Amino acid sequence: MNAPAYNFAYLDEQTKRMIRRAILKAIAIPGYQVPFASREMPMPYGWGTGGVQVTAAILGPRDVLKVIDQGSDDTTNAISIRKFFAKTAGVATTTSTDEATVIQTRHRIPEASLHQSQVLVYQVPIPEPLRFLEPRETETRRMHALAEYGLMHVKLYEDIARFGHIATAYAYPVKVNARYVMDPSPTPKFDNPKMDNCPALQLFGAGREKRIYAIPPYTQVVSLDFEDHPFEPYRFNAPCALCGAENSYLDEIVTDDKGSRMFVCSDTDYCEGRQAAGHHGALSAAPYKDKARGEANG
Amino acid sequence: MTTIAELPPGFVDKVLSAQSTFRSVMDAMARPGAVQRIVPMAGTPETMMRGTAAIALTLFDHDTPLWLDARMAESTDVLKWLKFHTGAPVIHDCSIVAFALISDGVLLPNLERFALGTNEYPDRSTTVILQVESLDSGQNFELRGPGIDGVATLQAAFKPFDLFEQLRFNETLFPRGIDVVLVADDAVVAIPRTTRVMSKGG
Amino acid sequence: MYVAVKGGERAIENAHRLLANARRGDQSVAEVSLDQISEQLGLAVDRVMSEGSLYDRELAALAIKQARGDLIEAIFLVRAFRATLPRFGASEPVDTGAMRVQRRVSSTFKDIPGGQILGPTFDYTHRLLDPSLAQGFVPEAPAVAEASTAPTPRVTDILGRDGLIESSPQAEDGASVGDLTREPLNFPADRDLRLQNLARGDEGFLLAMGYSTQRGYGRNHPFAGEIRFGEVEVEFAAEDVGFAVPLGSIELTECQMVNQFKGSATEAPCFTRGYGLAFGQSERKTMSMALVDRALRARELGEEALAPAQDEEFVLSHSDNVQATGFVEHLKLPHYVDFQSELGLLRKLRKEFAEASPDADAPDAMKEAAE
Repeated sequence: MNAPAYNFAYLDEQTKRMIRRAILKAIAIPGYQVPFASREMPMPYGWGTGGVQVTAAILGPRDVLKVIDQGSDDTTNAISIRKFFAKTAGVATTTSTDEATVIQTRHRIPEASLHQSQVLVYQVPIPEPLRFLEPRETETRRMHALAEYGLMHVKLYEDIARFGHIATAYAYPVKVNARYVMDPSPTPKFDNPKMDNCPALQLFGAGREKRIYAIPPYTQVVSLDFEDHPFEPYRFNAPCALCGAENSYLDEIVTDDKGSRMFVCSDTDYCEGRQAAGHHGALSAAPYKDKARGEANG
Repeated sequence: MTTIAELPPGFVDKVLSAQSTFRSVMDAMARPGAVQRIVPMAGTPETMMRGTAAIALTLFDHDTPLWLDARMAESTDVLKWLKFHTGAPVIHDCSIVAFALISDGVLLPNLERFALGTNEYPDRSTTVILQVESLDSGQNFELRGPGIDGVATLQAAFKPFDLFEQLRFNETLFPRGIDVVLVADDAVVAIPRTTRVMSKGG
Repeated sequence: MYVAVKGGERAIENAHRLLANARRGDQSVAEVSLDQISEQLGLAVDRVMSEGSLYDRELAALAIKQARGDLIEAIFLVRAFRATLPRFGASEPVDTGAMRVQRRVSSTFKDIPGGQILGPTFDYTHRLLDPSLAQGFVPEAPAVAEASTAPTPRVTDILGRDGLIESSPQAEDGASVGDLTREPLNFPADRDLRLQNLARGDEGFLLAMGYSTQRGYGRNHPFAGEIRFGEVEVEFAAEDVGFAVPLGSIELTECQMVNQFKGSATEAPCFTRGYGLAFGQSERKTMSMALVDRALRARELGEEALAPAQDEEFVLSHSDNVQATGFVEHLKLPHYVDFQSELGLLRKLRKEFAEASPDADAPDAMKEAAE
């Protein structure tokens, strides 16, 4: 039988070269989606194959890798990807945002500020921000070529006409370096401002859709909006029940079948770090009771 | 005539040397103007600097057509070394190549003759790897653009003297354009198409 | 006191152990061997090799066993392994005209040179469950005859001699063959890449697409010109040796559909071709593929392209079952961060709705959203 033997960081060298060339082009053309010959990976499409290929192409023995999904190091897919690289590349892994040199993420940007010696690798399901307005690749490619983004503005404006504000909560489109409209991956729009002028290099990998794109460090990233309807990041208005943070993105945890719930940081490393530093939330005790509901039933 | 056995060697550890070299080039491209060092060393055929050889071994293969300046193209050592270690096809038409290797800046053709990409596929452009005299002495330059926190400074000595004037065409071409990687021995600086370079203090 | 969920690592390991047990099933029942899968579930192996893009019966059988008989999962396993293999180049085109034919039927002529050969087929079997197969069935020895030495030319070649069918496009000498596993697919795609995409495509998807053309969504009046199944030689032109080296033989199914073409201002009416090819015996797949291939040629032939099967981007972007299953099934992964953001938006919208229409019987926004 043809028994398998695998290379450092799984990918063969020819594949790494191809991905590396795509990464260089992506950095040189911020926000432009570079097509690349994505390989079948030993995890399913949709599970982060694009991010995994980008990470595999850049990772070296001196790197310290952090993997998060929904902001947490402990979600099953994050664990699975972290183990994959620990096994195939023998790299050190960490849950600390600050210690990591490469951070692969799905759906969140860490709360702690990133620094110059870091690379943030995003897993991207649908890299094309115009895809839901125009399903055809030939058309969206032309629109990017001409920087013809009217359709996107029309869509956002229709939201305003209908709802009074833009009704996009995540994967909120941005414009990179005043040229390309880009999908930030399905991060909550709360995270959008962190992409702007970020000291770390941001790389985006979409495996199934075969695209790599990038935001170089210190690059302008603007969330699309209108003068009379400026972009607003959404955050549930409560402190974290565990660490008391007032400025972090929160997960809503349903604590019983009566509608009780609590809100805690989605970034587990950030939350644990704050707790270790002596910060406490209202609830390390009683679950948060929904105020509006209480009044309504009142 | 050189036999394969007499060719300067490639990387000792192909996998890790390529990774390390790539990270230097990636950092260079992500932080224009900042000087990165290439650590892993390979043998170098005549006319090729250590950094250039490492980049070639890291990024070139059968899928990357190359263009060589006249001095390199005349060197059978260079041709054999590239063919043996990378397999990259050397092409005479510089308008369709993925990379151009320039051993000496006086031999650099007009940049518009390289592949500039299209508005639909701006990535289908030539990356020019240009060997220069120095990346830590010479004239002073100020750089602005993505990857740079405000202003970066670069001190460099190179030919052609009007390289950065020529590269201004990137501004109007964008997203098409030419990305340049400058190499001086083991030092590397990248000037991607988004970078604006000004001479400092005249 | 609330404690965040931890211990995913143990949960994963335990789930994998449980899977290994579920895969094995009742251990008092004999384990199925790779030979048994390869010999007795041969058509499953053929499908996994075709859509997995790797001709290796043993690995395909292993994949089927590992995947508990889930063929798309097995195809995925084979693909992931294939992706790590070095690529030396493309073989010489195989000559299906010289196929050692085991089965060959044409619906366009009653008799053809070399004859119609039914071979091992479900066609004309009565679909009655056969209890005698439940255990210990020993089939009657197959009927044998002297192998025919008569050539079996392709039916489309016979039509081609009279100019009734478009000539098969010939690639330029030395032209490289596209490979969508090495270069990302761009649109519009050339036919070599389209055919590669379809050959790797999901049988069920192609079946539905091909079927839709028969029902009028892009009708192209197909006839099964010929379906043949048998062995062909594979040769590889090695640069150093200077001639083609035989690598061995593989089993293939080939289908050539013959389709109507009304002609255009510059071309006389003639028959056109749709082409299907797959590893092993895969008739449904190759026939569907041929229908879809012909449908996708609409633009090239100056036909209106309005139906789904004629839409190149639509078909080629959704044919791959490894991609499709990954993205559909990834909805199982946690999405609570996005959901939270969406929940916040929905609450806001409902609150605004309630405020704007105080008379409406608007339920409390928070309550609805929470329950």
